[in-house]
Amino acid sequence: MSSRTLFDKVWDLHTVRTLPSGQSQVFIGLHMIHEVTSPQAFADLRLKGLKVPFPECSVATVDHIVPTENQARPYADGLAEEMMVAIDKNCRDYGIRLFQPGSGKQGVVHIIAPEQGLTQPGMTVACGDSHTSTHGAFGAIAFGIGTSQVRDVLATQTLSMSRLKVRKIQVDGALKSGVYAKDVILYILRKLSAKGGVGFAYEFAGSTFSAMSMEERMTVCNMAIEGGARCGYINPDQITFDYLKGREYAPKAANWDKAVAWWKSIASDADAVFDDVKTFKAEDIEPTVTWGISPDHGVGVGESIPAKESFAKDEWATIEEAYQYMDLKAGQPIAGVAIDVAFIGSCTNGRISDLREAARVIKLHGGKVNARVKAFIVPGSEAVKVVAEAEGLDKVFIAHGFEWRNAGCSMCLAMNPDKLQGRQVSASSSNRNFKGRQGSPSGRTLLMSPAMVAIAALEGKVSDVRTVLNKAAKA
Amino acid sequence: MIEIKQITGRAIPVVGNDIDTDRIIPARFLRCVTFDGLGEHAFEDDRKQLTAQGKTHAFDEARFKGASVLIVNSNFGCGSSREHAPQAIAKWGIKAIVGVSYSEIFFGNCVAMGLPCLRVAVADGEAIQAAVSKDPSLQVSVDVDKLEVRAGSQVWKAQMGDGHRKQFLTGQWDATAELVAGVEQVKATAKKLPYLSAFA
Repeated sequence: MSSRTLFDKVWDLHTVRTLPSGQSQVFIGLHMIHEVTSPQAFADLRLKGLKVPFPECSVATVDHIVPTENQARPYADGLAEEMMVAIDKNCRDYGIRLFQPGSGKQGVVHIIAPEQGLTQPGMTVACGDSHTSTHGAFGAIAFGIGTSQVRDVLATQTLSMSRLKVRKIQVDGALKSGVYAKDVILYILRKLSAKGGVGFAYEFAGSTFSAMSMEERMTVCNMAIEGGARCGYINPDQITFDYLKGREYAPKAANWDKAVAWWKSIASDADAVFDDVKTFKAEDIEPTVTWGISPDHGVGVGESIPAKESFAKDEWATIEEAYQYMDLKAGQPIAGVAIDVAFIGSCTNGRISDLREAARVIKLHGGKVNARVKAFIVPGSEAVKVVAEAEGLDKVFIAHGFEWRNAGCSMCLAMNPDKLQGRQVSASSSNRNFKGRQGSPSGRTLLMSPAMVAIAALEGKVSDVRTVLNKAAKA
Repeated sequence: MIEIKQITGRAIPVVGNDIDTDRIIPARFLRCVTFDGLGEHAFEDDRKQLTAQGKTHAFDEARFKGASVLIVNSNFGCGSSREHAPQAIAKWGIKAIVGVSYSEIFFGNCVAMGLPCLRVAVADGEAIQAAVSKDPSLQVSVDVDKLEVRAGSQVWKAQMGDGHRKQFLTGQWDATAELVAGVEQVKATAKKLPYLSAFA
């Protein structure tokens, strides 16, 4: 009787050999490439005369620098244009599929690979992007790598790695109305800290995750990295298989049943042994908003900004730095904090279900974007945009004063024209509230669910989405 | 293969937990196709902000110019996987990092670049920072072989995983050649993967 985790099974299956250093050489089943972290890797391949032995295991797109308004080439930003030219040439030279804008398949790399059926259970997935953890939602072992490692994957389809420990994060129960997958992961980060997961893979288990859609699971796994865990995963189940069935790169016909049988076999065994287990209750989770400069600085929307004394002493300096940077004080309620910009999108929350829920709460609220707020909605991919427009979501957004954009990473990291200005405060459905993250060195970010961003945009301040939902329920 | 056993030089402290890679190198500097020129932009926004407040970031202090050992606190390099962050630090002149803990991806990038990151206890990290702040001319030795950090008569115990330590000591931190050498085994592994064979 086996008692292995999914991580153990996938790791062992993909281990090529033990290297002389004692590290493992691990095969990478799916390698994704984008324009920002790959050019130096390709340059190094050329310099060293290395070939790409498994080009069919890599797929590329462009997302970080792509403008979401005017996408006409050449881009106004010459540096961005140079990167677009480079990835096109690199993919051509090495025979790698590239999903360009206009192909119908372009978008944020962590949105398009699942959407196309490229991400599948039991794979090892790597990409020069920390949010590669997203793909763990399918029961894949998926992690971010740097550019030298991108070169190694291109040259050998393998990496030199050391095995991670596995921590099970068990959450059971139903989420309350107005509480979303984003709130679940922000809550976990708050409880386990931004560095609590260093050295671990997180297995998210329990009835709360079993009840989630694939898109919700992707939101959770996406932010495992914000807790220090290089990868997070959820065991594959019928919801996973239903999501994959019929997608372009998913197994077809007679292969489908073979695939499902294997996918079922790689899930953690019932008696799997974990290095650590943490348990939480879904009922304790409120709509959550970050107030500080790290994704673990979250509070329930009904709470106040915590006193530094509620943190470990070696965190006090960081907490004081956060109060100062955010211009917020301990004891001040988070609800009511004024915002200047509202952003819905990113690899965390730029999927169709995120946009549907945002549109739903906007309609329930009925108002328009507050006069002092700039609000914009960025679909995570061209495919998401097509579906959203077919459903008329774009018209809802525009009618209520939101801008409707093209697919890209946009203001999540602001490597493109979408940026905060000066000390602006944004309500953002993205994943990082680091200092300067959204393009202004002094800009401030409050992370929250897309529904909470939508309501913040309409009210001009942090507000509890449940007020809108409860009013509608009574009406 | 370049063996990395010990780095000795003057040190520079960058104080704070959870210093993320956006702070080490803001995203606007990632609009590039080479890593050239990143060194001068390391910690750029933090530096500017401190200057505006009438304070000085360590990277702007003349007394730390020419340092080759960076002393940090916990969860250094968290966030984005951008190798541009350790590249910027290395191009500024840093050859070794000593700190309490590192984000996994940052650490992996540093290994692949040949930039050893040693771990020390919380109090020791603070003590080393205090020592070099007091005397920036202090020669600090980062010993990957003995796993210790030395300055003057002081010695601090340090840690690094065995595999990574061996990679530095034998020059195999640049894993590419070794990974390429395993090509036949790589092909054999690929053949066993159901998604590349049975139901591909």
